[in-house]
Amino acid sequence: MKLQIEKLGKLAIGVVEEVGYGFMLLIESVYWLTLGWLNKQAVGLNLIFTQSVQIGVMAAPIVIVLCFSVGMMLAIQGLETLKPYGAQAQVVNGIAVSVTREFAALITGIIVAGRSGSAIAARIGTMVESQEIDALRVIGINPVRYLAAPALLAMLLAMPVLTIFGDLMGLLGGAVYTSFELGMSIDIYMSRSFDVITTFDLMQGVLKSIIFAILIVIVSVLNGFQVKGGAEGIGLATTRSVVMSISLIVIADMIFTFFLTRI
Amino acid sequence: MQNDNYSKIIQVSDLITHYGSKKILNGVSLDVNKGEIMVIMGGSGSGKSTLLRYMLGLNKPTSGSIKLLGEDITKMSSNQLYQMKKQIGVSFQGGALFGSMSVSENIQLPLSEHANLDVNTMRIMSQMKLEVVNMAGFEDLMPSQLSGGMIKRAALARAIILDPKLLFFDEPSAGLDPVVSAELDELILNLRDAMGMSIVVVTHELESAFKIADRITILDRGEILMCGTVDEVKNSDNHRVYNLLHRQPRRDMVDVDEYLQRLTGKNLDLVSEKSNIVNHKKY
Repeated sequence: MKLQIEKLGKLAIGVVEEVGYGFMLLIESVYWLTLGWLNKQAVGLNLIFTQSVQIGVMAAPIVIVLCFSVGMMLAIQGLETLKPYGAQAQVVNGIAVSVTREFAALITGIIVAGRSGSAIAARIGTMVESQEIDALRVIGINPVRYLAAPALLAMLLAMPVLTIFGDLMGLLGGAVYTSFELGMSIDIYMSRSFDVITTFDLMQGVLKSIIFAILIVIVSVLNGFQVKGGAEGIGLATTRSVVMSISLIVIADMIFTFFLTRI
Repeated sequence: MQNDNYSKIIQVSDLITHYGSKKILNGVSLDVNKGEIMVIMGGSGSGKSTLLRYMLGLNKPTSGSIKLLGEDITKMSSNQLYQMKKQIGVSFQGGALFGSMSVSENIQLPLSEHANLDVNTMRIMSQMKLEVVNMAGFEDLMPSQLSGGMIKRAALARAIILDPKLLFFDEPSAGLDPVVSAELDELILNLRDAMGMSIVVVTHELESAFKIADRITILDRGEILMCGTVDEVKNSDNHRVYNLLHRQPRRDMVDVDEYLQRLTGKNLDLVSEKSNIVNHKKY
């Protein structure tokens, strides 16, 4: 019993430590992005561009495919459930709102956590193991400034753009299936969707994507920096960062949806 | 900001460091003169790599001071430490070249960080350092395409790109064949002679140490066993130094109490444990 309580206590301390470390990483990254240039230690533009390409541009094809599929899936389900009521035409509203408020941001977040978050964790973990982080520090380059800050800014730029892309693709997916099933033309479907969607719906998705961006970067960087124990450690940290980011994304999504629907 | 009125390039005094609750360095004091090659030796776990990390300012010590170029790095602000980094170069054991950059980009990184130069000047400067370490022609290769010896030489080129006053070299000969290792030793000597650098080398290779060292410091279990010239070390009558030099296994007396303590765990009270055992038997 005593051992169990001790374990629980250690776990609690570990969680508090990790949350604290995460916040510290976030604050430090924001510091380097905003005030670093005062000490002539600005975050390199080339680093931000490279990261933006890796995080944003290279994730675009898969975001497009998956959001399109989700839109289509929603149309299939929606038409199926609305059929008994003869209200199939209402499917447009349902898809428009759920894609823009929810699915585009969520799918984008999960994809980016899986491909870019894991890449960040693995890269930093490898650098820790091969003493590259030490090398950065003795050269005088702060690792947070060099690795975390550019990733954070790149992610903050890429995620909202990818989410908007996802919105469009989700709607298109819905439109394509509905046009097959109901014979409604794609442009009519789209224009009806745009009538339904409000700025608030779009902003909900974008706001969530910004929160997801911060979560993914901080979780991956944190796991990367904490790597111990060689190649196995890097593998564990990568897995952990993906599982942690996706879990936090889903939980944060639920919390935000709760509050945003009450505004 | 730097003052040049220091007589010793490194002054470590009474350095005590811990890893968790375990004491690693126990009151280490060490001086390195200008233009000197100081070799720090010791077996595995003697604390030599730890000492190096603290001298590089990578960790904060429990107590004691570390003066590099006359200034105490344990009391520096991060900005002062940043300025200090321009004056020291470090070549890590595994090279620690950045895997995502070519050799040339690796070497130019400290330049682009600390000096405001145009791309061509930086390229020429990196080329010059590559010539120094006999690696001209390999500038466009990635670190993964290099052999062990080439990685060390490229790392050395990166360490000396800013012409530092002080160079640290961690295990230059580890994992290298004797010829390449001898070439690196030669290179270290040339650097001191040609550029007047003060160099600290951490190694456990005896041959290499005797060849390059002006003075040798021997660490053992977190304490300095001895510090002296190559001849002084060779003629030392300290049995631990003798063991190290003649590859003798350690045959220290076992402290019975300490041994028991280690076996049973330091927080365990033997008496209460015994009574627990008795209690368990009752049921």
